[in-house]
Amino acid sequence: MIPAAFDYHRPTDMAGVLSLLSEHGDDARVMAGGHSLIPLMKLRMADVPHLIDLQDVEGLSGIDVGETIRIGAMVTQADIIDHTGLTASAPILREAALQIADPQVRYMGTVGGNVANGDPGNDMPGLMQCLDAQFTLVGPDGERTVPARDFYEAAYMTERGDEEVLTSVSFAAPKGGYAYEKQKRKIGDYATAASAVQMTKDGGTCTSASIAMTNLSDTPIFSENAGAALAGSTVDETAIKAAVAAALADIDPTEDNRGPVAFKMHVAGVILTRAITRAWSRA
Amino acid sequence: MKDDVQSSDDRRASLKGLGSSRKRVEDARFTQGKGNYVDDIKLDGMLFGDFVRTPYAHARIKSIKTEEALKVPGVLAVLTAADLEPLGLHWMPTLAGDKQMVLADGKVLYQGQEVAFVVATDRYAAADGIEAVEVDYEELPVITDPFEALKTDVVLREDLEPGADGAHGPRKHPNHIFTWEAGEKETTEQVIDAAEVVAEEMVYYHRVHPCPLETCGCVASMDKVNGKLTLYGTFQAPHAIRTVVSLISGIEEHNIRVVSPDIGGGFGNKVGAYPGYVCSVVASIVTGKPVKWIEDRMDNLMTTAFARDYWMKGKISATKEGKITGLWCHTTADHGGFDACADPTKFPAGFMNICTGSYDIPTAYLAVDGVYTNKAPGGVAYRCSFRVTEAAYFIERMIEVLAIELNMDAAELRRINFIKKEQFPYNSALGWEYDSGDYHTAWDKALNAVGYDDLRKEQAQRLEDFKAGKTRKLLGIGLSHFTEIVGAGPVKNCDILGLGMFDSCEIRIHPTGSAIARLGTISQGQGHATTFAQILASEIGLPADSITVEEGDTDTAPYGLGTYGSRSTPVAGAATAMAGRKIRAKAQMIAAFLLEVHDDDVEFDVDRFVVKGAPEKFKTMKEIAFAAYNQAIPGIEPGLEAVSYYDPPNMTYPFGAYICVMELDVDTGEHEIRQFYALDDCGTRINPMIIEGQVHGGVTEALAIAMGQEIAYDELGNVKTGTLMDFFLPTAWETPHYTTDHTVTPSPHHPIGAKGVGESPNVGGVPAFSNAVHDAFRPFGLRHAHMPHDHWRVWKIANDLGLHS
Ligand SMILES: Cc1cc2nc3c(=O)[nH]c(=O)nc-3n(C[C@H](O)[C@H](O)[C@H](O)COP(=O)(O)OP(=O)(O)OC[C@H]3O[C@@H](n4cnc5c(N)ncnc54)[C@H](O)[C@@H]3O)c2cc1C
Repeated sequence: MIPAAFDYHRPTDMAGVLSLLSEHGDDARVMAGGHSLIPLMKLRMADVPHLIDLQDVEGLSGIDVGETIRIGAMVTQADIIDHTGLTASAPILREAALQIADPQVRYMGTVGGNVANGDPGNDMPGLMQCLDAQFTLVGPDGERTVPARDFYEAAYMTERGDEEVLTSVSFAAPKGGYAYEKQKRKIGDYATAASAVQMTKDGGTCTSASIAMTNLSDTPIFSENAGAALAGSTVDETAIKAAVAAALADIDPTEDNRGPVAFKMHVAGVILTRAITRAWSRA
Repeated sequence: MKDDVQSSDDRRASLKGLGSSRKRVEDARFTQGKGNYVDDIKLDGMLFGDFVRTPYAHARIKSIKTEEALKVPGVLAVLTAADLEPLGLHWMPTLAGDKQMVLADGKVLYQGQEVAFVVATDRYAAADGIEAVEVDYEELPVITDPFEALKTDVVLREDLEPGADGAHGPRKHPNHIFTWEAGEKETTEQVIDAAEVVAEEMVYYHRVHPCPLETCGCVASMDKVNGKLTLYGTFQAPHAIRTVVSLISGIEEHNIRVVSPDIGGGFGNKVGAYPGYVCSVVASIVTGKPVKWIEDRMDNLMTTAFARDYWMKGKISATKEGKITGLWCHTTADHGGFDACADPTKFPAGFMNICTGSYDIPTAYLAVDGVYTNKAPGGVAYRCSFRVTEAAYFIERMIEVLAIELNMDAAELRRINFIKKEQFPYNSALGWEYDSGDYHTAWDKALNAVGYDDLRKEQAQRLEDFKAGKTRKLLGIGLSHFTEIVGAGPVKNCDILGLGMFDSCEIRIHPTGSAIARLGTISQGQGHATTFAQILASEIGLPADSITVEEGDTDTAPYGLGTYGSRSTPVAGAATAMAGRKIRAKAQMIAAFLLEVHDDDVEFDVDRFVVKGAPEKFKTMKEIAFAAYNQAIPGIEPGLEAVSYYDPPNMTYPFGAYICVMELDVDTGEHEIRQFYALDDCGTRINPMIIEGQVHGGVTEALAIAMGQEIAYDELGNVKTGTLMDFFLPTAWETPHYTTDHTVTPSPHHPIGAKGVGESPNVGGVPAFSNAVHDAFRPFGLRHAHMPHDHWRVWKIANDLGLHS
């Protein structure tokens, strides 16, 4: 549990980060809170001869709340939990952040690290897909944005180029009801199954629904069909069943210590049903 | 003097002796981060050693190349079996009469086994050195199933003569270790065959790990000038370690000093001898420098001392009315690659023959077959006396299964079969003499406290609601009545490596009336410095606050067998009381001299000797202590010291009644513990606060074991649960509230009537949690499902019972 030797860099601006990344290429990795990266280095599963700490880099913090919400990459999960303006405008973030790991991890773990990591167990990627967030990346060729829904390719494989840094996530302030529902074995555990749901309502009818699932495939799963099954319905039992069936058709869980595939499929359905029901009750 | 006007009750209270919830004296340093653990020890020039471990569970070693590792800056040496062989140290004896490789000698038998020891200037260089050692393995077929192990042609232990006897008699197969039997086979089988009702079940108690917060480690320091070896380590039995080190190294025992500093939990994990100790000693001898070895969490979970892994096939018979007539058990015990169980020599399956539990079962038979597999060695008593948790779980499950067979309430079935108060001392069918007990009183108190009848009504209502689709949660009521057997033990039948399992206490009273007591045990969080001072305070009349208790340094402490199996209070606690009584006997003579009366004319009164019939004439123990050092008393040596080596006449048999009320979500498999009630009878209660703390800790470990904790292997012998992400260690979040209660049935043979309590809650807790899960599903036809009852396994119970369609 001791990492191989590495050089530690602590640039103060993005130019410094980018030049280190281009200088060292594959041998360099940025570090945010370190709570995913350092364990991998300790297990010697990640070899990082040059570690670039983002802590002192300007412009990566801060939460702006308006029509559009922008969260800097270095904002921690604890910052999200404490931010009353954000909670008022997008309460699903706090609900989700409170279900990540434990308080110690949440003081260190960042939004940027969580979404850039590419670990299917991370909760923020699915959440960002549910919110239809855009990720802002800065690289040697300048800045670009990538939709969260297009960002994830496979476990630990994302749209982000090796020499790019994720600077912020942004999304339109969500409307309607929300729920982040997660089953885990214990505190500090990744999800057995989790789902993020946002729904809007007009009278007794659902006008839109956005549904994403976590740790049930090698990437987060945004299930367009599940949302479509609810939109236009009264969110009765039939509609919920159809949404769940659609979501289950989109996921592809694997067996691990949390349980076999049949269990995960079942629990995914239960968790999603609960999330939809709770989101609908808040819509 | 103020003293003169104090009532004897006030004087007694100020001693903080037996029965006082005195605050733990240890906690001042622990809560300030000022404890002194092995890894806090830093000696001049100290080196660090760590292991190259095999990724394969069963493989032949074709070559080990160390050249590249030796080039890593800071790496000084790489030891392999070839280096240890000339010293005869490439293998070492285990506590169970087997031998174990210190470093892989030609092959490896389980994942994580020690292959080479890299010695470096610090742990970082050692870690880099480990990466650079090249080992060429040839994979062999892996056997992780003990039943398959007894059938296969794959021989795990090629070092053992196939047909030859093992340490515990004949071996039936090259992968077989021993068969151990107790009770009457034929009679029991006849009784069961002829019985009106028989329940049969295979009860698996899965492999778990004690997982103390502090892992195992040591610092070995060989002083080449004076020939003395000092070994600091996380040892639950420092004296036994000293003897073992002397026997295997040839260093004379007086030249070895073993020190156990503060220990961050042991739970059985730190009883045995590990390759890390031997390699550190050798490395220190080779380099002439102190060498430290500290396990990381994965090393700890994967290699040092697991617990349980017992497949217990049982049959229990009864009359139609529910009177139990016989119990039969055959256990297949998975011991891993080496037999390194920590049990008294004559008990290769520990005290598994306590498996008749709290019940008056006239006929019983037990056989245990120990088996080698490609798993880590161990088989320690994880917060229990040797295999008592397995035994208690087995019988408490069999009782429940029998209750189903009889269509009877499980609380009532227990009640009609309990050993009655007047039957003690009770001789069990499997050979134990239970010292004392009052099970009916404890049971009724427990059932009343939780409102048992109302709970059953609520449960029936819940079942109706469930069937009507109003809820998806079931209610389980988990019952457990356990009897422990602790305090090993009488030297006539209990020894470890030939060392009798007595224990000891040495007391020195200082002239000003304070004292130091040293014991052969070692606290790992149990609070010995607090409680043993209390025993003494009541025995010798000096305040507990004026008594220092010291353990763990073999140069100063009297010989003892250490702390595990709840033996400290029953054995060393008894020695403490007996040594105190010797002090008191001498104090009586001194008092009589000072008061100018005959020895028989003074009597002890809390903290003083008074002249009989003249309470105003007295000498306090403080005064007597001073006199022992400044008066020339004819016929009495100066000083006030005593030592006692206590060989207990019998074990002690603590017992208790635990009830768990649990809600289970049939769709997600999640549980919620609504109520947990724990009644413990540990005889005389020394410090009620510490007892409560021990119960909380033990029940929490029971919760972990029953509801999620597991050392699981895949079919290739890979450990699937080698980190705390997957190995369940409950936090405050998962831990429910506990209600504790007690009855007091003193041990008749223990000097102060105490029985030991630290492990009862684990022994009683596991069946309480597990039975709650089973009870919830009983109406749907569940008889038995193996632990741990984690989410997916509970979900599977429901799924198999058709509750999801
Ligand atoms: C015990 C424990 C339990 C946990 N449980 C959960 C959980 O339940 N749910 C959950 O979601 N997470 C969980 N985590 C992970 C935690 O939330 C991490 O902190 C988070 O996933 C990563 O954030 P970080 O800031 O620590 O990133 P780091 O570990 O610093 O980085 C992670 C990866 O992202 C890259 N990276 C970081 N920042 C950027 C950036 N700005 N641009 C480009 N690449 C970047 C790094 O190079 C690295 O590859 C747990 C962690 C622990 C230790």
